[in-house]
Parts: sequence; C-alpha cells; structure tokens
Amino acid sequence: MHIPVSIRHEPTIPALKVDYETDMLRSKSEMLEKKMNIIVCIKQVPNTTDVQIDSETGRLKRDGVESIINPFDEYAIEEGVRIKERVDGRVIVVTMGPPQAETVLREAIAKGADEVVLVSDRAFGGADTLATSYTLSLAIKAIGSYDIIICGKQASDGDTAQVGPGIAEMLNIPHVAYVKKIESIDNKSIKVERMMEDGYDLIESQVPVLLTVVKEINDPRIASLKGKIIAKKAVVKILDAAAIGADIKKIGLNGSPTQVMKIFTPPQRAGGEKFTGEARDVAAALVKKLSDIGIV
Amino acid sequence: MTNSIKVLNDKCSGCGMCASACPFGAISMTERPEHAKKFKLAVMDLNKCTYCGTCVQTCKFSAIELKKDTPRSAVDKSLYNGVLVYAEQRHGEIANVVYELLNEGKRLANKLGASLAAVLIGDNIKSKSQDLINRGADKVYVCDDPVFIEFQDDPYTAILTQLIEKERPEIILMGATNIGRSFASRVAARIHTGLTADCISLEIDNETRNLQQTRPAFGGNIMATILTPDHRPQMATVRHKVFKGAKVEERRKGEIIDFKFDFQTLINRTKFLGFIKDTSVAVNIDDADIIVAGGRGVGKAEGFKLLKELADILGGAVGASRAAVDSEWVPYSHQIGQTGKTVVPKVYIACGISGQIQHTVGMSSSDIIIAINKDASCSMMQIATYALEGDMYEILPSMIREIKSVSRSD
Repeated sequence: MHIPVSIRHEPTIPALKVDYETDMLRSKSEMLEKKMNIIVCIKQVPNTTDVQIDSETGRLKRDGVESIINPFDEYAIEEGVRIKERVDGRVIVVTMGPPQAETVLREAIAKGADEVVLVSDRAFGGADTLATSYTLSLAIKAIGSYDIIICGKQASDGDTAQVGPGIAEMLNIPHVAYVKKIESIDNKSIKVERMMEDGYDLIESQVPVLLTVVKEINDPRIASLKGKIIAKKAVVKILDAAAIGADIKKIGLNGSPTQVMKIFTPPQRAGGEKFTGEARDVAAALVKKLSDIGIV
Repeated sequence: MTNSIKVLNDKCSGCGMCASACPFGAISMTERPEHAKKFKLAVMDLNKCTYCGTCVQTCKFSAIELKKDTPRSAVDKSLYNGVLVYAEQRHGEIANVVYELLNEGKRLANKLGASLAAVLIGDNIKSKSQDLINRGADKVYVCDDPVFIEFQDDPYTAILTQLIEKERPEIILMGATNIGRSFASRVAARIHTGLTADCISLEIDNETRNLQQTRPAFGGNIMATILTPDHRPQMATVRHKVFKGAKVEERRKGEIIDFKFDFQTLINRTKFLGFIKDTSVAVNIDDADIIVAGGRGVGKAEGFKLLKELADILGGAVGASRAAVDSEWVPYSHQIGQTGKTVVPKVYIACGISGQIQHTVGMSSSDIIIAINKDASCSMMQIATYALEGDMYEILPSMIREIKSVSRSD
C-alpha cells in the first residue's frame, strides 16, 4: 500500500506544541510536591579531536574549533535523565559560560533535560575552579531546591575535577566523586559505587548530594529528532551576577586565588626508530633494546 | 570595577603574533579600512578572553593594555611556614605517590629553608610514621581513629582543614589520585585558597616564596604555570610518577605528633558500606611501570589474552583504548585516554592503537612508547620511540618467546 510521506510524519507534529513558559512555572509547583529535582552541571569545551598545533608558531589552533559538551558531562546528563525516568523528577541543566554556551544547553534539552540555565556575565570571566564553584553554587541556589546534583568527573580542557566537589562544599552538602553506578535512590538517601584505582567502594549518602560520574555509569542516548525540535524552541534562562546575588569579590578573576603566570607549548614528541621486516626479527630487535635499557 | 584589556590601535602593527599566541582563541585579525588592507588590526573577543596576559607578553609593540583589578583580601603570608604532604593511605598501605611527594616536598622545603611535614589520616596507622620520617619528613601528624578507617570526604575534609588551620603550612602537596582529587578541592574551598590540579613540575620563586605550579591543560596540548600569589596555603595535587620516590634513610630522626582534633566537627553525611576489589588485575594500571595496551586493531577479545601474557612476563598491566572498551573486549577500568585514565609508565606498548588524540592525551608522557601496528603511517607510529610495523599476532608471540629466552640466559 502506498502511504504518502507527509501523512507518515504528521502524527508527531501536534505533540511538539508545548508551552515552555508554563512548563517552567509548573516545575516550581512540582518542587513543592516533592518530585526529585536533578541538577546537572555541564561545561562547553573545544572538541579536542579538532585541536591542532600550528606548525609555525607551535601554538594551539583554536580558529573554527567546534564547541561541544564536555565528554564526561554527556554521562552526567544521561544519568540525570535516567534518574528522572526512574523516580519521576525534573532535570535542570546548568552551565556557566559565554552567551555561545547556549548551544550546548540546547543539546542537553535534545537529550532529555527539562530546563536549562545559562549563568553568564562578563564579570565571571577569568574564574578559576574556586570562583566557578562559588558561582555555580549560587546559581543552583537561585534555581531553587535540589536533591541530586550531577557533574562529569572532569572537563576535557581543564582536566581538574575540582569544580564538582567545590560546588558541594559551597552548598554544604556531601559529595561522592568517580561514581560508576547508582545502586538505589530515594528522597532521603542514595547508594553508589565509587570507582577507585583498585576496585570500587560502595558508599551511601544523604540526599541532597552531589555526584561526579565516570564513563562507565551509562551509555548516553543520541538526541531524537523530536528532542532536537524541542531544543530549538526551548527557552534558555539566563542568570547574571546580579540575578544570583554574587559577591563581586568572589567571582571571575577577582575571586580566583590562582592565576595563570604563563602558558607554553610542551616540546613535541619526536618520532624514534622504525623497525620493519619479518615479525621474528622485529621482535628480537625490540627485545634487545628493552634488554639494553634493563626492562627485560 | 572589573578587568579590562584593549588593543592600542596606533601601536598595533597587525603582525598577528598575539592571535596565534592566545590559548583561548580570543583574538582575531581584521582589516583596517584606513590602511587599505596593508595592515591588520588585532581585535579581542571579550567573551573568550580570560585576561591571562599571554598576548601582552607576546606583543613586541606594547600594543595591548591589560588592567587587572585585584582588590584581593590578602592573607598575612608570614604566618604560614613549611611544606605539608598528605600521606595518603588506602587499606592501611601508603600510596606510592606519597614517597614522590616527600622527595619533591623536601627539595621545596630546603629551598624555603623550612621543614617538611606529613599528615597520616587513618585507623591504626601510627606505625607508618617512621617510614615517612625515613623518607624525609621532619614531622608526622597522626590522625588515628576508627572513623578514618576508609576514605570518606566529610571526615577527611574536616580533619585536614583543622590541621591546616592550626599548623598553617605554606604549601600542601597531595597525590592526584581518586582520593586526593576527591577531597582536596573541598578542603581548598573550605579554607578559601587556590588549588592547582595534576601538577607535573613545581618550583619556588625565591623572592616571593610563591610556588610555581606547572600543569598540562587541553589534554596536554599546552602547559600552564599557575600561582597562588595572595592566598595561603598554596595547594597542589601532583601526578604520580613525575617525581622520583624519596630514598630511605634508616632510623632518621623526626617528630611524631598525635593530632588532637575536635570530634564535634567531624560530621559525616556518607556511610562506607564496603569495598569490592577488582580481581581482574594483578598490577594496578595507575602504578604500573609497563603497560601493554590494545586498541581497535586487536580485533577481538581473545587478543587481550595475548596482551595479558606479555604484560605478565614483563610485570606490567594491560591498558586499552576506548575503541577496545566500547567493543567490550576489556573492562572500562583499563581505559586510557580522555574519558579514561592518564598514565605515565616507563614503557607503553601500544598494540593496534592508531593514536587518536583522545587516546594519546592519556599516555603521551610515558618515557618510552612502543607502537606495534600494521599501518606505519598512523599517529602512534609517528610518536613512538620504537615503531614496529607488522601484525601484533605475529610480533607479540615472537616477543614473548624472545623475552623468555633472554630471562633464561640471565
């Protein structure tokens, strides 16, 4: 039977007509009904697959480098959405960054977030991990109540892993880092597996709690077409320094105890010796090298 | 008042040095209509600029003006003295990185003309104090209590904060381990000071006594030297294996101090329920001197048995690229790279790993890289100290035979 293309696509359209303003208001009343509020903090980072070194200057080429959601934060968003699906709640994704960071927030909506908040102000510029933790903790307080806050283990540009625990400290709530699995969760407590170098620890924590998650925790879904359409229309709430009631001495460069003294490019690793030929000979030559330097 | 940066149009020559130097891509070069395309002009994107000052240093024409607003509540730095090493223990054993911290901490303390202290937090852990003294600690603070038997952020943060507030070290060094990286940030936030993650080099500025902390950023593509100029203590987590372990000096003299702490402050909002050991590994990948790693080119789960065989006879550990983990040939705990672990072994043997940047950021600091790959043109083969072109299924068995015969003849 011949089905016209237009008809096949039609049924999905009406479902997309959602009023996001009232949707956001509804979230306030839901908070009162003890639905779980899940806040996910994400960061916009340069896509490192694109990072190239300029051969003439030896500097990082950043022109036209695509910005993406920090890879670890993909797992944070997915885990937030999974908790929502398990216990009924709302996922609010927050990022601090320049106005362009709106793009990654829309992506988060496409992947299942309900609300997004962009914390953006010129005064936040030059923030180190302490000032960032302070700013995000205020933004989270401004959003309202929260039960679970999820961050990726670390960002792929800074690699510090410091902002998650820093936020928890500023909010005076417990945190568990390197979470690889949530075993159980309710309004009062959560049981998680914390990845360690030699295995994993089983930790129970009070709620509210902040978790930083590793890749093993889940397999993030790909944004659906429907999600992408919702994302396009979604309202991005913007909070500036005044809106979160920030102390000007604690944000941005002024609020940062650490300062960058200099930035330089490490010497590039030069290629070494090549071995080709019969596997046996190649292997023997290498073992000889290893034996010379005392490895075998 | 906030920070400001601007390009002085009359001084800018349009050379573009600043634009290529900017680590944040905040400077672009535009045409100046009045110069009929002859000279360009640097333009700042203030949304990207972090006021790091790299461009100011680069500009040969003093054409960039940076005004930093620093009404900082500076602490009285003279109240802080000495270097403190967090002597991390897990299951009653001191982490290897602690010995490296003691070695480097001693060097920094000597430069400062100050003493080196270590702090042990655990249960029934006092017996380890002499070991720390033998490795260079002048003082060991012991926080010994059943509440500290397993690592939990709340009590560990509370006790370390109390010790810092009482003893006031000017520098605190911690291992960039899961434990160190989990609670160092909490401690720094509580005492409101700077913390620099994953340092690979530390130096003292003789004049200011500032600690110059160098760390990789952007996956190791750039290095940044970070200061905590106006706050004390200066806190740093340090990657393992970048410094040598301290030599043992038997029966070295030192002071062991039972730190008296306030139990009232030790709130604990988490509960430790248990530890499940990863039995699949004989050698911990983070501690391994030799890592045999496999990638997409291994092609099948069985291939990892061959890698393990080689790792076992070398006394090393097995690593993997994301491709191999995603194919479920090997568990995630073995993954090296951007979404896995960063390792710094003496020898890294990459089998069938092409060397995409997401992988190499996790291993490019290895002393020796050996690549085994059919494709001689792939990135890993280009950066390798020794690049072996060929099939790993032919080369590895030959290597294993060869190593066995070499060790027999010893």
